[in-house]
Amino acid sequence: MIDKLSWISVYPEIILLVMGCVIALADLAVNSARRTATYVMTLLTLGVVACLQASYASSGVTLYGFGNMVVSDQMGDWLKCFATVAVMVTLVYGRPYAADRTMLRGGELFSLGIFSLLGMFVMISGNNFLVIYLGLELLTLASYALVALRRDNGVATEAAMKYFVLGALASGFLLYGMSMMYGATGSLDINSVFKAINSGQIRHQVLIFGLVFIVAGLAFKLGVVPFHMWIPDVYQGAPTAVTLLIGGAPKLAAFAIMIRLLVEGMLPLALDWQQMLLVLSVGSLIIGNLAAIAQTNLKRMLAFSTISHMGFVLLGMMSGVVNGNINSAANAYSSSMFYVVTYVLTTLASFGVILLLAREGFESEEIADFAGLNQRSPLYAAVMAICLFSLAGIPPMVGFYAKLSVLQALIASGQTFQIGLAVFAVAMSLIGAFFYLRVVKVMYFDQPITASTVSAPLDVRVVLSINGALVLILGLVPGGLMVLCANAVVQMLGT
Amino acid sequence: MGLLSLAIWTPICFGVVLLALGRDDQARTVRWVALIGAVVSFLVTLPLYEGFKLGTAAMQFVENTTWISRFNVNYHLGVDGISFWFVLLTAFINVVIVIAGWEVITRRVNQYMGAFLILSGLMIGVFCTLDGMLFYVFFEATLIPMYLIIGIWGGPNKIYAAFKFFLYTLLGSLLTLVALIFLYTKSGGSFDIALWHKLPLDGTTQTLLFFAFFAAFAVKVPMWPVHTWLPDVHVEAPTGGSAVLAAIMLKLGAYGFLRFSLPIAPDAAREWAWLMIALSLIAVIYVGLVAMVQKDMKKLVAYSSVAHMGFVTLGFFIFNDLGVAGGIVQMISHGFVSAAMFLSIGVLYDRVHSREIAAYGGVVNTMPKFTAFALFFAMANCGLPGTAGFVGEWMVILGAVKANFWLGFAAASALIFGAAYTLWMFKRVYLGPVANKHVKELLDISSREFLVMVLLAAAVLYMGVYPKPFTDVMQTSVTELLKHVALSKLN
Repeated sequence: MIDKLSWISVYPEIILLVMGCVIALADLAVNSARRTATYVMTLLTLGVVACLQASYASSGVTLYGFGNMVVSDQMGDWLKCFATVAVMVTLVYGRPYAADRTMLRGGELFSLGIFSLLGMFVMISGNNFLVIYLGLELLTLASYALVALRRDNGVATEAAMKYFVLGALASGFLLYGMSMMYGATGSLDINSVFKAINSGQIRHQVLIFGLVFIVAGLAFKLGVVPFHMWIPDVYQGAPTAVTLLIGGAPKLAAFAIMIRLLVEGMLPLALDWQQMLLVLSVGSLIIGNLAAIAQTNLKRMLAFSTISHMGFVLLGMMSGVVNGNINSAANAYSSSMFYVVTYVLTTLASFGVILLLAREGFESEEIADFAGLNQRSPLYAAVMAICLFSLAGIPPMVGFYAKLSVLQALIASGQTFQIGLAVFAVAMSLIGAFFYLRVVKVMYFDQPITASTVSAPLDVRVVLSINGALVLILGLVPGGLMVLCANAVVQMLGT
Repeated sequence: MGLLSLAIWTPICFGVVLLALGRDDQARTVRWVALIGAVVSFLVTLPLYEGFKLGTAAMQFVENTTWISRFNVNYHLGVDGISFWFVLLTAFINVVIVIAGWEVITRRVNQYMGAFLILSGLMIGVFCTLDGMLFYVFFEATLIPMYLIIGIWGGPNKIYAAFKFFLYTLLGSLLTLVALIFLYTKSGGSFDIALWHKLPLDGTTQTLLFFAFFAAFAVKVPMWPVHTWLPDVHVEAPTGGSAVLAAIMLKLGAYGFLRFSLPIAPDAAREWAWLMIALSLIAVIYVGLVAMVQKDMKKLVAYSSVAHMGFVTLGFFIFNDLGVAGGIVQMISHGFVSAAMFLSIGVLYDRVHSREIAAYGGVVNTMPKFTAFALFFAMANCGLPGTAGFVGEWMVILGAVKANFWLGFAAASALIFGAAYTLWMFKRVYLGPVANKHVKELLDISSREFLVMVLLAAAVLYMGVYPKPFTDVMQTSVTELLKHVALSKLN
């Protein structure tokens, strides 16, 4: 007998599952070129789910369902809410782009989008190794198909193949690590694994062996060095709307499983995984920032910038446990969460502008395509500039506070090494500032190649303006979101 | 809403309105809105002068509300004798800049005016804030409008200049960010600058903090040898950009020394004063000589700015009343004089489109009215008694003599170089027979340019003849600061 609370904890997932199927079927009856009916149904579904998640999150209750298989806590609920909004925004930006590129002959963009969101939901709420793995597979399978949505486009198909092969390999890593953990601890349940490790009766070597594979799998999904090779190719090759679907919301889910696996499951091994994350993060900061300088393709540049930003997120994960003391953990993990959330917000707007400038037969993904955008459309140039300054971490954009909170977590640990790491991160973000500024330079200082003005449907204009304004407004009043992240993480650590 | 908030947000709001509403086909309206915005922004700072109480070093017009509760960052504003004049100076220069850019800027007028208005609000914010993080936010945010101003309306090599400006100053201030967060942790979770002033710190920590702050402020001032960005940027920036850069932005760095380096790390400041004095003297003497051989007028004035700011840092690090007060007076006077110098070059550049000294000669024959102003400003730049330039330099030299005779001697001798390069440039550009047909066709200044010149000349003259209001305001604060710096914070 499954109790009522279990069902309540998965209502949003059930809605997504049912509506994903309904929309896929209903779409058969739609024959408008822009799939307006499907689009509206999708947005309504996502809107309902986002509201539902927000109400769960603000109730602040932690629910465990189905014999501890899934959990609905504040952190998960907020992340799911943000992920839903991110997918919604992605679909708004992506629809005109997809319609121009024969990607809307069927409603796959919408139904697969919903299924990938469902995958993220399962990842975020999974409290069991296998559930998390299932969610991850659901997300990535939907993503593989989405990348290949332009089936007659060679580049996109190549990207899909690469993504599939490497993604399958990474899933293999993760699953292998999980099976080692299962072998060592005798359980797949995250809480039981934690208890087993904490008892100190399991051989350390076995645990570390499993941990290495889990961290490698996670690193793959986050796209940090040296498991980053797929990111630039997939970002560049995938249709831009799909790039955003891969590069936006899933980062939230990847962050969630990192917290679930490493913190909730293996906090006693923190000293070990922190060292691994250290290598990953330093490598990402170096490679991400340096390689981005050389790019001429904006999507590829943003891909490398993602790598460096994920490096920053890992930096926050690293300062949680110092010499076995976990007092600063909440501070550190919430700084990472804040970083991820604001990063996704900024990414949405910057890709939104790329999508907006793309026309039929023209991708607008080279940096040079942005030449003189300020003369063609001051509004969108301003949105893009705000995003780029935010990514570069210049106040008063929200990206600055993300960097600030991570650096603060590092320095608060009081260790000389961590402070040195903060100085290093700061030096790397100076390099980062250079390539972001270069795009601003192209938009503001160069002469436009075409004089054509930029036109966009009303929904895109409104959402993009709000999105860009939010990057600035959250920079002026970042307090609320910071407190939200802090409370969510404190509650997660408390249970 | 307090007066300081008003001073910060009025120009920013006008700037945002201009960015949002203005189009190039309504340039006329845009200019008037910008002018109204700048004048209103200046007017709202005047009640500060009325209400400022002399004889106390306490912060005045204090506003304090929580901004980011998570990190205990407060929206904490206030001015004392050290920062007070810079609020008014910034707002005043902003009015001058708007008038000076009136017809000169024809492309994207709304963005030009909007950028300057926002920049002015942000800079006032830097001078008013009493919270470390808020300071950093304002300090860094000023980079964005200045970067765009240089890059959009600058000269042929503007892109190099814009990047050099942004990255050079960002490099310095990122280390300061680490220092700020370190102080936050050290003080048990507070960004309150006044609290940091009282925080005991050991010697090594102080030295590290001192140099972390030095990285940001020395680049901004700029002190020798990190001054190299300034000439490049000045040459390429539009006239208004150069004027604001020299008049206000450089002062952000010098102000940072007084607000952060000296009071937070007093022991390190005293320990390393010899280095600061040495760098300042090199700036005054060596950069003065470098200025003399420049062929480009803007470069010459840029180097002269470095030399003049050398007097400011020299004054700060000899640790006596005269020196520090002299440094602050020099900051204010240099604000007026350097703005005037750059705007004068702008007047010539708008007509002949050359900044080469060799492209001119005998301008006095065709532009007598303008030359009179130019002569006056040149005299102020040399530090002639009766002009603003004299007061600060004289006070710093007196302070230096008090500290050490030879130090004062070296500083005083530098005045000769200042006179030499300024007057030599003046002679080559303005005096003599008409050099070429461009100069022959020159028209004397319009009434708009006349207004700009009169405003600045009046300020320079007033400050030179009657500096008492300026020195009175800062006296108590400077004395308190020096008392504080004299006390050791080593525990």
